Amino acid sequence: MDRMPAWADVVLVPLISVLLAAAISAIAIVLIGENPWEAFKIMVEGALMRSSGWGYTLYYATNFIFTGLAVSVAFHARLFNIGGEGQAVLGSLGVTLACLFIPWPHWTLAIIGSSVAAAAFGALWILIPAYLQAKRGSHIVITTIMFNFIAAALINYLLVNHLRPMGSMEPASAVFPAATHLPSFHDMFSFLGPKMFRGSPANVSFFLAVIASIGVWLLIWHTKLGYAIRSLGFSESGAKYAGISPVKIMIIALLISGGLSGLMGVNATQGEAERLILNSAEGAGFIGIAVALMGRNHPLGVFLASILFGFLYQGGAELAMWTSIPRELIVVIQALVILFTGALDNLVRWPLESLFVALRKKES
Amino acid sequence: MDLSTIIELLGSTVRLGTPLLLMCLAGLYSERAGVVDIGLEGKALVAAFFSAAIAYVTGSVILGLLAAIAASLVFSLIHGLASITFRGNQLISGVALNFLASGMTVLIAQTWFGQGGQTPALGDVRYKPITLPFADTLEPVPVLGPVYHDLISGHSILVYVAFLLVPVTWWVLYRTRFGLRLRAVGENPGAVDTAGVSVARLRFTSVLIAGLLCGLAGSYLSTGLQAGFVKEMVAGRGYIALAALIFAKWRPWYALSATMLFGLLQAVALRYQNINLGDGIIIPVQFMNVLPYILTIIILAGFVGAAIPPRASGEPYTKER
Amino acid sequence: MTDIAPAIELKGISKAFGPVQANKDISIRVMPGTIHGIIGENGAGKSTLMSILYGFYKADAGEIWVDGRKADITDSQAAIAAGIGMVFQHFKLVENFSVVENVILGAEDGAFLRPSVSKARKTLKQLAEEYEMHVDPDALIEHLSVGHQQRVEILKALYREANILILDEPTGVLTPAEADHLFRILDNLRKEGKTIILITHKLREIMEITDTVSVMRRGQMTATVKTAETSPEELAELMVGRKVLLRVDKQPPTPGEVILSVKDLHVTDDKGVERVKGISFDIRAGEILGIAGVAGNGQSELMNVLGGIMEASGQITMMGAPLPLSGKGSDGFARRQANIGHVPEDRQREGLIMEFTAWENTVFGYHLDPQWQKGPLMDNKAIRAEAAAKMDRFDVRPPDPDLKAKNFSGGNQQKVVLAREIERNPDLLLVGQPTRGVDIGAIEFIHQEIVRLRDAGKAILLVSVELDEIMSLSDRIAVMFDGKIMGERLPAQTNERELGLLMAGISGEPGKEDWKAVEESLAAVEQEEASQNG
Repeated sequence: MDRMPAWADVVLVPLISVLLAAAISAIAIVLIGENPWEAFKIMVEGALMRSSGWGYTLYYATNFIFTGLAVSVAFHARLFNIGGEGQAVLGSLGVTLACLFIPWPHWTLAIIGSSVAAAAFGALWILIPAYLQAKRGSHIVITTIMFNFIAAALINYLLVNHLRPMGSMEPASAVFPAATHLPSFHDMFSFLGPKMFRGSPANVSFFLAVIASIGVWLLIWHTKLGYAIRSLGFSESGAKYAGISPVKIMIIALLISGGLSGLMGVNATQGEAERLILNSAEGAGFIGIAVALMGRNHPLGVFLASILFGFLYQGGAELAMWTSIPRELIVVIQALVILFTGALDNLVRWPLESLFVALRKKES
Repeated sequence: MDLSTIIELLGSTVRLGTPLLLMCLAGLYSERAGVVDIGLEGKALVAAFFSAAIAYVTGSVILGLLAAIAASLVFSLIHGLASITFRGNQLISGVALNFLASGMTVLIAQTWFGQGGQTPALGDVRYKPITLPFADTLEPVPVLGPVYHDLISGHSILVYVAFLLVPVTWWVLYRTRFGLRLRAVGENPGAVDTAGVSVARLRFTSVLIAGLLCGLAGSYLSTGLQAGFVKEMVAGRGYIALAALIFAKWRPWYALSATMLFGLLQAVALRYQNINLGDGIIIPVQFMNVLPYILTIIILAGFVGAAIPPRASGEPYTKER
Repeated sequence: MTDIAPAIELKGISKAFGPVQANKDISIRVMPGTIHGIIGENGAGKSTLMSILYGFYKADAGEIWVDGRKADITDSQAAIAAGIGMVFQHFKLVENFSVVENVILGAEDGAFLRPSVSKARKTLKQLAEEYEMHVDPDALIEHLSVGHQQRVEILKALYREANILILDEPTGVLTPAEADHLFRILDNLRKEGKTIILITHKLREIMEITDTVSVMRRGQMTATVKTAETSPEELAELMVGRKVLLRVDKQPPTPGEVILSVKDLHVTDDKGVERVKGISFDIRAGEILGIAGVAGNGQSELMNVLGGIMEASGQITMMGAPLPLSGKGSDGFARRQANIGHVPEDRQREGLIMEFTAWENTVFGYHLDPQWQKGPLMDNKAIRAEAAAKMDRFDVRPPDPDLKAKNFSGGNQQKVVLAREIERNPDLLLVGQPTRGVDIGAIEFIHQEIVRLRDAGKAILLVSVELDEIMSLSDRIAVMFDGKIMGERLPAQTNERELGLLMAGISGEPGKEDWKAVEESLAAVEQEEASQNG
């Protein structure tokens, strides 16, 4: 038998870890000299009590869903793709090229084209690390970190030297044509009221993220490929026995992962900025790690964790506006979530396991 | 390019290479003992902040340095707890600590100083350049004089400490009992365990040494190289140091060459921006900036001799059944 | 005799790993200056017992006495201090360290290496002369042969002034010539008054070198006897245990056409060691060919090649069609398409994904089969229904397809694998260690299923280290030793002793009774091998 029930492992362990992270964050807020409860109320007020707050929360969540799914697909093959940031930036580049250089008649076609470009560029950016990991055993973590830096430099170079419109001093591309404009939640839902989601960046890409979540769920648990990816992740010797090629599956899983990170560009670059800017991924590639760990690599978990982090992001911005708590508190919370759910999970799991074993002994 | 330009460039190389060297040696101690540390960046960042903050508040560079080391050690302790005691994922722990540092430093800086996440400028409260004996007397001597006066002399204490640490590290690693055990525990902890030596204690010691060295690196960045802490001031140097460590194949003298090479690349990028090779061929500054990463990937790909990490690195130790 | 205190005395040692009782109330006495053998099958608990003695594990109950005094061995440091040294089956050496560095590790004199190294050099030289153990002190371990690496392990123990030396399966990885040299070293050590505990599952070694021998079976000590007063037959009986042998009800075979034909098969592992050295055999429809042999003599590699896990050279034909042995078309998927079923030797690492549910494991290896597809997706519903049906037919308990594989007992895990492989109705079934770690009730069932498949006219290749199993299931028996087939016998015309000799690499005539004669032929074989190696 397992040492503890499955629900405890899936729900209780991450929940306690997140509560630990929250408790430490609360202490940090106290140390800053603010009231944690008041801070929490401001966050809820700003992120969840107004439709425009939701508009921001869901916009951020959309980014995190893509990068979180990316990290989880790789995790299912026991690979740690820490290069989501670089892949997202490249995805944004793909979106930019697709939007600027192809005359789209309508956004419905544009989003298909830009999604394909985003996924392809994201996948391309992990191709070398994936190949090196599968064929030569070069550690994917190290290579993807390096590729993050290379991506940032590449975008910087392209913006400064090639994509910047004539006469502009700002390192940013030209604004995308109007036909590529993706409907925002405000555009879509203003029939519910003129103020609905006004001024907030959430857009139709959110639904793309929902589709991607369902797609990943189907992929991992309902397709041959997902079956092979999970087999490989659990046991390489088992995979070989079953006729699954570790090299092939590793590369494919990573390409899918890179593609998902790249798709973030549709939301951030086409949906929001409508031009390519420096640092278009805004750290979302790294939040994908936190989101995937917290969501236990399950798309539903990733979706919920992304909403939570979207809330934290938007709430954090509100805090920075109304209190003396800087936005960086969110980074601290993100770090603590990664630490407790990813690296210190045995801190929570071991005592829980002994607890359940003791309980079971008592019963019998 | 005249002599003074070369000396200037090399001087800049030494200054930019020093934090890389310190962090690279930190990584060396940790990884040689089998604990992968991608949290060098974060440790140096907290150290940089506390060094500048405490130096500013107390007016003492020494207290700043001690605070830097203490902060970095706390981070090391967390990393050790996660990766040794609780057998967690060392990579994830490192990632988390990097984020923790990046958020925490700004958070505290903003709370303490209210200057947008940086410390006030330090002014004079910094490491003083040390003039080596006879530097001024020898300056008129052609070639050797300027080299001695401008390149070798005139750095702050931590630069000399860093360079001294290279032979010291070599000696510790290859000439002492501690070094023998440290190398062994990174290769085959089972051998150490069956020889009756505690794996956990050895690994904790090495992780703490890494913390100490990252403390020095951070302190040098904010209190030596620059005059105060600014947000994200380590700026990926931790990862470059990691790259240098791979480049150096986890060896101290190679670490010196690798970090100085990467320091030179930084110095060149800083001084020249885009390099014009003539005939319209321009090496963009961005390329110079990422050259360390590209070189590391080429090394990792095994095209220039394989880089084989210590065999047990990254794996928590559990007795086999 | 009684007034000399035993060098080692274990009193009532017990140790459990979770539900597995690895050692149960074990007591032995080992007299100083003797070689004491501990023999038993794989998994009998020998290694666990010795790890406890070396302080690597803590016993749940029992006492350890060293030289007549109760010793409190809480960790390896304490064991070393008590004069105990251990040579583990998997060496505990730092591969890229030199010999001398490995020897001083943990036993350094002072904080600096130089004095330790020079002292160790001197001591190593002495030891080398004293015991015929020459090793270059500056050679890196990874450059040494396995035999030399083992020597370093022994030197490590002697450098720590061990008086009691434990060797765990020391010859498992050695060539016969190296093993002989090892035994000469052990003999020298005994002459010097050292006490040696030799763990092995090889009868020949026990007979050759030990003074006394203890037999372990299923975690318990079943007997301790003087080697001179016993025979290999008696030991074999004690080891295997008389006679739970489950008679398998089966009719005489009716072999049909040749299903699988193997010709001159060579397998080299990824370390470059040749594991299978040119073997050839046929299996016909409706027969079970059993491959007997001590673990590590090439049987696993043979199975892996046929199952598509390893590459090889040579020729195999399946029902007349050649099967590729490397590259495209040589993987497990291709083998399954050729209608070869494979019950692997290690069900936990290969045959099942322990984290998968039973129903997911039902299609492991067959997940690409169009039968399980519904459009672009896998038909999980159908797979689950199929799993439930198979689990019912194979009486898997609990019959819950949603339970993870790791939560079933060994026997029920094996039934899940067998159900998957047998129900596909393969023309050839590869079966490795079908009843390892399986309870008695399930053994009977598994054996019946294998025989049923044979009676349905299928070919079966059975690899097992359990001689009983080979004897009772096989229609023909081939014995493998050192990558070669030593001989083929019919079960009715052979016995366990003859097979045992073949397993030891001795191809004597049937009916040869005299152990002396056996020894001679053994020497001849080894001489031949030595000349081949040289």
